[in-house]
Amino acid sequence: MSTTSTQRYTEAAIEADTTVPAVHIWRDFAATPAQLMRAHTDPDLFARWIGPDALGTRIDHWDCRTLGSYRYVNTEGDQEYSFRGTFPEVSENRIVQTFCYEAMPEAVALETLTITDLGEGRSRLHGLSLCDSFEARDGMLASGMEVGIHEGYAKLDRLLAAGEV
Amino acid sequence: MSDPLSRVFAALADPTRRDMVARLAVADATVGELAAPYDVSVQAVSKHLKVLEGAGLVSRTREAQRRPVHLEAEVLDLMTKWIERYRRQAEERYQRLDAVLAQMTAHEQGHRTDTHPEEGTAS
Repeated sequence: MSTTSTQRYTEAAIEADTTVPAVHIWRDFAATPAQLMRAHTDPDLFARWIGPDALGTRIDHWDCRTLGSYRYVNTEGDQEYSFRGTFPEVSENRIVQTFCYEAMPEAVALETLTITDLGEGRSRLHGLSLCDSFEARDGMLASGMEVGIHEGYAKLDRLLAAGEV
Repeated sequence: MSDPLSRVFAALADPTRRDMVARLAVADATVGELAAPYDVSVQAVSKHLKVLEGAGLVSRTREAQRRPVHLEAEVLDLMTKWIERYRRQAEERYQRLDAVLAQMTAHEQGHRTDTHPEEGTAS
């Protein structure tokens, strides 16, 4: 991966894993690891940022601890998009969860969120979304990333580095 | 599979074809040059090239007898845009998270005197 100790992710950076059907996301936050963790585990806080801007989020069920589960619904008028999954592990700085869009129950992703302390009240979030097949990743975006073309990503990196996106 | 993006993804689902594209990104090459590192026939490489050509990823130029294969880099931009759309969605989500975290910090500082700080509790 292209992570270096000096790199700062002031904006979300994404990268395809070249060996497994997975997507990596990095993002830095002006918050302590405990705060960032709370924003992910507390349902009221979570609902305030998870859904798209235009959609509302309703938490149907929320038990964010090891062996817990969740279900939430994004609403847009009378349209509803539901997501559900379980939490195989929730620790001090890591959340492992399964993720399923209910309209496509056959595709279940395994997501691992890891929070690291950058010091001075800053934290880094690393998300790894592992799909059960390259085809499934095709369905959600990741197909675009499956193609591991270094030149494509290098171009993206340059655009990102130049602040053009 | 009529849309260009699907054709590009399908063409690049094969590791040999991905490798060929990676090499063409460095420089144009003839079919013979492309076939050299593989333990397959020139015909097999030609088949792979036809798929890449069908997806618009490569073109054959008429440069005397050499007819090198050329990578159409702008097709890769399609994929870059596709990835960028996902990245932007993630970034929008994290900007909302930024706002929530900022409010949490303000709230904690405002209440530090009358409630105990909840550092380390995750619920």
